Amino acid sequence: MSSVGQSWGRYPVAAQTIIDITDRHRPLPTVNGVVLPYGNGRSYGDSCLNDGGTLLRARGMDRYIRFDPFTGQLECEAGLLLSDILDLVVPQGWFPPVTPGTRFVTVGGAIANDVHGKNHHVTGTFGQHVLNLELLRSDGSRMVCSPELHPDWFAATVGGLGLTGLITRATLQLRRIAGPWMSCETRRFRNLDGFFHLSESVAARHEYTVAWVDCVSTGDGLGRGLFTCANHAPASPDVKPGAPNRHLSMPFTPPVSLINPLSLRAFNSLYFHRQREDIAHATTHYVPYFYPLDGVGNWNRIYGPHGFMQYQCVVPPTAAQEGIKQLLEVVARGGDGSFLAVLKQFGNQPSPGMLSFPRPGTTLALDFPNQGERTLRLLDKLDDIVAAAGGAVYPAKDARMNGQRFRQYFPAWEAFSHFIDPRFSSSFWRRVAE
Amino acid sequence: MLRILIVGASSAIAEATARCYAARGARLFLIARQSQRLEDMASDLKVRGAADVAFATLDVNQLDAHGDVLSQAWTWLGEVDAMLVAHGTLPDQNACEASAELAVKEFNTNGTSTIALMTLAANRFEAQRHGTLAVISSVAGDRGRQSNYLYGSAKAAVTAFASGLRQRLTKVGVNVLTIKPGFVDTPMTRDFKKSALWAKPESIARSIVRAVDRGRSVVYLPWFWLPIMLIIRHVPEFVFKRIKL
Ligand SMILES: Cc1cc2nc3c(=O)[nH]c(=O)nc-3n(C[C@H](O)[C@H](O)[C@H](O)COP(=O)(O)OP(=O)(O)OC[C@H]3O[C@@H](n4cnc5c(N)ncnc54)[C@H](O)[C@@H]3O)c2cc1C
Ligand SMILES: NC(=O)c1ccc[n+]([C@@H]2O[C@H](COP(=O)([O-])OP(=O)(O)OC[C@H]3O[C@@H](n4cnc5c(N)ncnc54)[C@H](OP(=O)(O)O)[C@@H]3O)[C@@H](O)[C@H]2O)c1
Repeated sequence: MSSVGQSWGRYPVAAQTIIDITDRHRPLPTVNGVVLPYGNGRSYGDSCLNDGGTLLRARGMDRYIRFDPFTGQLECEAGLLLSDILDLVVPQGWFPPVTPGTRFVTVGGAIANDVHGKNHHVTGTFGQHVLNLELLRSDGSRMVCSPELHPDWFAATVGGLGLTGLITRATLQLRRIAGPWMSCETRRFRNLDGFFHLSESVAARHEYTVAWVDCVSTGDGLGRGLFTCANHAPASPDVKPGAPNRHLSMPFTPPVSLINPLSLRAFNSLYFHRQREDIAHATTHYVPYFYPLDGVGNWNRIYGPHGFMQYQCVVPPTAAQEGIKQLLEVVARGGDGSFLAVLKQFGNQPSPGMLSFPRPGTTLALDFPNQGERTLRLLDKLDDIVAAAGGAVYPAKDARMNGQRFRQYFPAWEAFSHFIDPRFSSSFWRRVAE
Repeated sequence: MLRILIVGASSAIAEATARCYAARGARLFLIARQSQRLEDMASDLKVRGAADVAFATLDVNQLDAHGDVLSQAWTWLGEVDAMLVAHGTLPDQNACEASAELAVKEFNTNGTSTIALMTLAANRFEAQRHGTLAVISSVAGDRGRQSNYLYGSAKAAVTAFASGLRQRLTKVGVNVLTIKPGFVDTPMTRDFKKSALWAKPESIARSIVRAVDRGRSVVYLPWFWLPIMLIIRHVPEFVFKRIKL
C-alpha cells in the first residue's frame, strides 16, 4: 500500500520502520529506539507518525472475539476497521454509538483519539462506549482496563494518542437500530446566528446534527451554510431511498493542488445553492450519510504533492458566537478558503480520557492546501483566537500547533505523561511536550 | 450447509478464504500448527457467521499423523464439500544451495507433505464421490528459476500430482483445483518490496472461492499471471539459461 506510514494529510513526511502486529498474544517486538502503534493512518497530522522510529501496524490484529446479538456487546481485536464491524452488525440491527466521518478507522485508533461523531450532544465520545480494553506494555505486562478496573489507566489510554502502550483488544457496547436508513433534513441558514439558532431549536429532536459552512462568503453572509440533522429511520422508510454510493477513486497525485481560490469559490457557492428549498427532506442509506468522503478513494490526493492541513478547534459556549465569527473572518479574509468547513455543537458530557478533545462548546473543522509558511501563519492566527477564547485544538488533525498552546489546551498533559510507556513516543508528542 | 476443511489454516490466504466461507454460514474444520491461533480463528469465524468451527493441530511434516487428523475432520464434518491445502514456506534459496539437508526439509514441507495429505484425502473424496480438493501451488512451479528453484520444484511436484489426480477423480465426480497465485502480500513475503503486481490475500481468497464454486481445474491468481507464465514457459532454454529471473 502506497500510503503506509503516512498520515491522511500527507504532511508531514516521516521515515520509520514498519512492523506488522498480527498476533495479540505475543509480546511486543524488541527494537532499537521508540515505537508507536499505527491504525489505518486516518489521522491527518503527525500523531500517528514516529519519525526515525518504528510503527507497530495493528491492522493485522483483525479478529472478532465475541459478539452477542442480544446485548450488542462486541469484543474484538484493536486492528479491526469500523467498516468491517458495520458490515457485520448493521444487518443484525446494531450500530456503533459513535462514528467519525470515515468508516476506515480501526478500533484502536478510534479509542486512542477518543473520536466523536455528529451525535456528540447525545452519546458523547467513542471512549464512553468502551466497556474494557487490554493494554500491552513494552515490559510485557498486560492490563485489562475499564472505568472500574484500573480507571486511571483507562482514562490515560482513551484519547491517549497511542502513547500508553498497544491496545490489543476491546469490548464495545453497540446500540440498536431498526435498519440501515437515515431520515435527514437539511436547512439553509444565512449567517452564523442562523447556525446557533438552528442548533438550539432542532438539535433536541435529532440525534445527529452538523453544519457545512461556506467560508468564502463574507459580510452579511458570513457563516452561511447548510444545517443537516438526522435520525435513524424506522425499519421500512416510506420513501424509496437511492442506492448506496458509487466508487470513484483519485488514481494519482496531481502535480499541483486542485483546490485553489477559483475552484473553492465555485464549489462553495454551488453547494450553498444545491437545494432550491430552504428545507429539504430525504431518506438516505447510512453509508453516504455518515461517510460521504469514503465514496471517493484517496480523495486526500486532490491537494497535490504537498498535502494539506486540517484544523479543528472547539470554542467554549460562553465565547462561541464571537470566537467562531472571528475565526471565519480570518479564514475568509485570508482568501485561502476551506473546501470542507464543518460546524457542530458538542454536548455537555465530560469526556472519559485525560487528553480527550471533545468538551462543551462549538467545534469548527477546516482544511487548507499546504502552502508552507503562509498556511502555518494563518493557522497560528486561528490559534491565537482559540487560545484567547479558552478553547482547544484536536491533536488527531494537527501537524503544527506549538507546545505551549498544546499544554494550555490540554492541562492534564503533565499528569498524563506518567502513563506513557517508556518505549513509546510519536512525532506529535516530541513536538508538543518535549 | 457447506462443509469446509482447511490445512495450513493460519496462512493469510487460507484465513481470508475461511472468512469468505464463514460469511456463507459454512461449517469449518481447521488444521494448523498453533492451537492458540486456531482458537482465535475459531471465535472470529463464528462471529463472522460460520455455523460451527472445530480444529486440530498438525505439523504437516509429521506424515504419520496425517491419517488421524483427516479422520477427525471427516468424522466431525460428515462429508467434505471443499478441502483447501494451503500451508507452505518460502525457503531461502541460497541456504538451500549450501545444505542438502535443508533443501530436502523445505522440499518436504512444500511438496512431500502436500502430496501425502492429498493422497489420503483423495481416497476419502473418491469414496464420497463429490467435492473439491483444492491445493495452493504457485506460478513458481511452472518453470524453475535461479532465484527460487527449490520452492519452484516442490510446487512443480504439487502441480503435476494434482493434474494426475484430477484425471483420476473427475471420473467419480470429484474436482481437483490447482491454484497458482503470483505475488501475494502475506507474512511469507513480508520482506519483499511490493509493486503493482502484488495482490492482497482477500482478493485471492475471493477468487479461490469462485474457482471452487465454478469447478475450475487450474487458476492463475490474479488472472494476468496466465499470459505472463505462458511467455516465461516458452522462452527457449538457450535464452532462459542466460538470463536471471
Ligand atoms: C475523512 C475523515 C473524517 C474524519 N472525521 C472525524 C470525526 O468526525 N470525528 C473524529 O473524532 N475524528 C475524525 N477523523 C479522524 C479519525 O477518526 C481519527 O484520526 C482516528 O483516530 C483514525 O483512526 P486510525 O485507525 O486511522 O488510526 P491512526 O490515524 O493510524 O492512529 C491514530 C492514533 O491511534 C493510535 N493507535 C492506533 N492503533 C492503536 C492501538 N491498537 N493501540 C494503541 N494506540 C493505537 C496511534 O498511535 C495514533 O496516535 C476523520 C478522519 C478522516 C480522514
Ligand atoms: N505469498 C505469496 O506470494 C504466494 C505466492 C504463491 C503461492 N503461495 C502459496 O500460498 C500458500 C499460503 O501462503 P501465504 O502466502 O498465505 O503465507 P503464510 O501466511 O506465511 O502461510 C504459510 C502457512 O504455512 C504454515 N506452515 C508452514 N510450515 C508448516 C508446517 N510444517 N506444518 C504446518 N503448517 C505449516 C504456516 O503456519 P504457522 O503460522 O504455524 O507458521 C503458515 O500458516 C502457500 O502454499 C504458499 O506457498 C504464496
